[in-house]
Amino acid sequence: MGTRTVLQHPDITRALTRIAHEILEANHGASDLVLLGIPTRGAVLAERLDRVLADIDPEWGPAGGSRVGTLDVTMHRDDLGRGIGRAPHRTTIPAGGIDGTVVVLVDDVLYSGRTVRAALDALQGIGRPRAVRLAVLVDRGHRELPIRADHVGKNLPTASDERVTLRLTETDGTDAVVIEQSEPHGDGGAA
Amino acid sequence: MTTAHLIRGAQLVDGTRADIRLEARRITAVGSGLDTAGATVVDADGLIALPGLVDLHTHLREPGFEESETVLTGSRAAAAGGFTAVNAMANSSPVADTAGVVEQVQALGDDAGYVTVRPIGAVSQGLQGTHLSEIGAMATSRAKVRVFSDDGSCVADPLLMRRALEYIKGFGGVLAQHAQEPRLTIGAQMNEGRLSSELGLAGWPAVAEEAIIARDVLLADHVGARLHVCHVSTAGSVEVIRWAKSRGIDVTAEVTPHHLVLTEDLIAGRDGAPGYDARYKVNPPLRSREDVDALRAALADGTIDIVATDHAPHTAEAKCCEWPAAANGMVGLESALSVVQAAVVESGQLGWADVARVLSEAPARIGQVEGHGQRIAEGAPAEVTLYDPSAVREFSVADLAGQSQNSPYLGMRLPGRVVATFHHGYPTVLAGELVDAGTIAEHARATRIGASA
Amino acid sequence: MKHLLSTADLSRAEAIHILDVAEEMAEVNSREVRKLPALRGKTVVNLFFEDSTRTRISFEAAAKRLSADVLNFAAKGSSVSKGESLKDTVQTLGAMGIDGIVMRHGASGAPRVLADADWIDVPVVNAGDGTHEHPTQALLDAFTMRRRLHGDASRGRALDGVRVLIVGDVLHSRVARSNAWLLRTLGASVTFAAPPTLLPATSAPFGAAVHHDLDVALAEDPDVVMTLRIQQERMNDAFFPNPREYTRHWGLTASRFARLDERTLIMHPGPMNRGLEIAGVAADDPRSTVVEQVENGVSVRMAVLYLALTGDQQKETVA
Repeated sequence: MGTRTVLQHPDITRALTRIAHEILEANHGASDLVLLGIPTRGAVLAERLDRVLADIDPEWGPAGGSRVGTLDVTMHRDDLGRGIGRAPHRTTIPAGGIDGTVVVLVDDVLYSGRTVRAALDALQGIGRPRAVRLAVLVDRGHRELPIRADHVGKNLPTASDERVTLRLTETDGTDAVVIEQSEPHGDGGAA
Repeated sequence: MTTAHLIRGAQLVDGTRADIRLEARRITAVGSGLDTAGATVVDADGLIALPGLVDLHTHLREPGFEESETVLTGSRAAAAGGFTAVNAMANSSPVADTAGVVEQVQALGDDAGYVTVRPIGAVSQGLQGTHLSEIGAMATSRAKVRVFSDDGSCVADPLLMRRALEYIKGFGGVLAQHAQEPRLTIGAQMNEGRLSSELGLAGWPAVAEEAIIARDVLLADHVGARLHVCHVSTAGSVEVIRWAKSRGIDVTAEVTPHHLVLTEDLIAGRDGAPGYDARYKVNPPLRSREDVDALRAALADGTIDIVATDHAPHTAEAKCCEWPAAANGMVGLESALSVVQAAVVESGQLGWADVARVLSEAPARIGQVEGHGQRIAEGAPAEVTLYDPSAVREFSVADLAGQSQNSPYLGMRLPGRVVATFHHGYPTVLAGELVDAGTIAEHARATRIGASA
Repeated sequence: MKHLLSTADLSRAEAIHILDVAEEMAEVNSREVRKLPALRGKTVVNLFFEDSTRTRISFEAAAKRLSADVLNFAAKGSSVSKGESLKDTVQTLGAMGIDGIVMRHGASGAPRVLADADWIDVPVVNAGDGTHEHPTQALLDAFTMRRRLHGDASRGRALDGVRVLIVGDVLHSRVARSNAWLLRTLGASVTFAAPPTLLPATSAPFGAAVHHDLDVALAEDPDVVMTLRIQQERMNDAFFPNPREYTRHWGLTASRFARLDERTLIMHPGPMNRGLEIAGVAADDPRSTVVEQVENGVSVRMAVLYLALTGDQQKETVA
């Protein structure tokens, strides 16, 4: 029953700073960028990214403004018929909408890719972005769909019977990325 | 040919242990160490011997509703429950309001041979409650009807009720009233109270029964006639009857086994039980705990004279549907003794001598059923029921002997079981099993020939 | 099986959960593309034995917005009018392959009988049974109150301390029953105002206080006044003498409406008898929620269908 911590608060902070710079670099600036975090922890990460971007680029504007929102994907999952009864989270789209923007989806762990597929599906009902990019804190491999991240905080090769969890101060009291032994491909960290 | 039977070592209701010899249609001896020569011995160690039970209120459904029950299948259900005589209510199709129908029902019962079937005649033509039926014709027919009832419906018109009481008196009969003021129970589905308003079902208020009984006892007193009240179901009705008896009014009353033990709470379906289960739908409806307690006390103190089953068979289609569409009624012949034991004997309110009184002697007297309801003694008719009070069974469809299965007791643990029933001296139930219809029909034929010889 | 048969069965947490999910559904209904794929490939049957265009269309819209296929069964002119039993009707539908039943029936308890029987094994949502319950109506009423009182901060909140006055034919109203149970569960207090003939003959029916005088009840300054529809046929069964007397004593007339506080909500489950139980001026006032109740109905029914058809199939109620 091994549990090991592979990232701690300073690592996470550094990774987010790097991702923020990468986002600006890939976009040649801040214009048309919108961050949409996937609840729950992706949304928290998106808020942190928003604050970092507000710090490093004046064109971004103040943190907590109209550049950041949340995108709930529950209704678009491909496993809804399994009888687990998931409660949907809040979706808040910035006031200007997403038509013509560059949407950067933000999530905590990229795993099978199904969550991101659901997110792309959810975006279809909201508007038509110019481009969609993906930023994740951890990529743990084992993709089941042809999905890849544009910005990755850390690549973590894992076994399928391991469970990767992101803990954040805002939701769990501490910052850490933790790997535990678990049953193969449950729900843990499936992204 | 009926052989003699010797019941050995039975417990009589006075507590003594005795042998009972049955020969032809009579009890020829009661005592200890009786001679077994020429008789089939029936070991009755541990069993109680009761006089054959008499039901004053049964629905045999024939003619007209044979998909629910026939006189034959209903007679078998009665014998399985320890009954040797039943009074068959008149709400058949055609209604039993002429000599022809009552004679037909009696003949069917005699041919079947399991029990004595005493047809009840309708008070009003077609049960419509407007004109008297041919009461005289029915009373003087071969069926010699003495009990008259519109049961299923109430004789609501006060003028007709008065006339009927007077007219029936002239033929030495009794009017058995189904007390339900129709204007207060339009569309009624269950007992009116807190539960009925929660479940959204139209209520059947207790006062609709009590007001009719109050009126009827005063009418009976005024015209000097006998009145019998069917299936009393409320504490208030008990109070009215108690008052009437204290004034010397000639009124008798019955209670069903289900009103001694079941309450309306079953309809709500709590703790995973199905809700709105139409097995519990009956008229008069199941009521409250207070009503059940009052009815038990009334049976114990004699305010209520007898237990009558109101055996009401229905097809599965009539019960397996939404509540308002379901028919009213429960089968009750096979379970009656067990339910009475559970309700009032185990609590100590009634002893076995009282059981003999309320389930055999008094019903026979009220219904003038000759040849039944007499104490087990030398010279009495050979109508005997052997009952094992120590048995325990989970009541199931296998315990039902009639054609329908609408019993509220399925799945319940009930005490006791009927081990043997003797009618006209021959067994209709032996070793807990019904004797086959062919054999019984033979016995019945032989008995008729013997009786007319 | 996950059924929604009555509000009496819902715990406080379950009720708040349904209302919160309805908030997310309402958000979808405000977008340009009002569609979610959550029930794609599932078939929902509207099994309506009683006429009701509004409720049926509301459920139909809700199911379609979740991408479900909808079959509409109306009793009139169907096999039921030829005497087919409920059991046979349901088994025939089941044989065609369905995933959920929304049922409205004239007999109290019919959805419960269906849910408890072994005729079919799908979630059942009660759209109104006799005079027993109409749970989605109560849920959309509670949703409406919550929205009006707390706006965007509604999520996770109940209706603690809210005082609701329900006026009218409580005895025959499944809406009154479902609302009474749900409002109490959510912490609100309920009072009924009606003549004694239109109230259950028990004390504190459904846990509510009772007034026979509407003006006394209004003087208690309720937060919500909900008027129930009066059926004029009731006067033939001596429940009240005539509509004029009913309106005079228990109608929300223009003069009573004028005395209401400016924050008092006015609600009606519809359809309204303008001028009988509710004055037109009251129904059309901004304090009246009658129109948004309809809109909220679709969101609430989307939440109920979503939770019933995708939820834990072992549990008794929607949660």
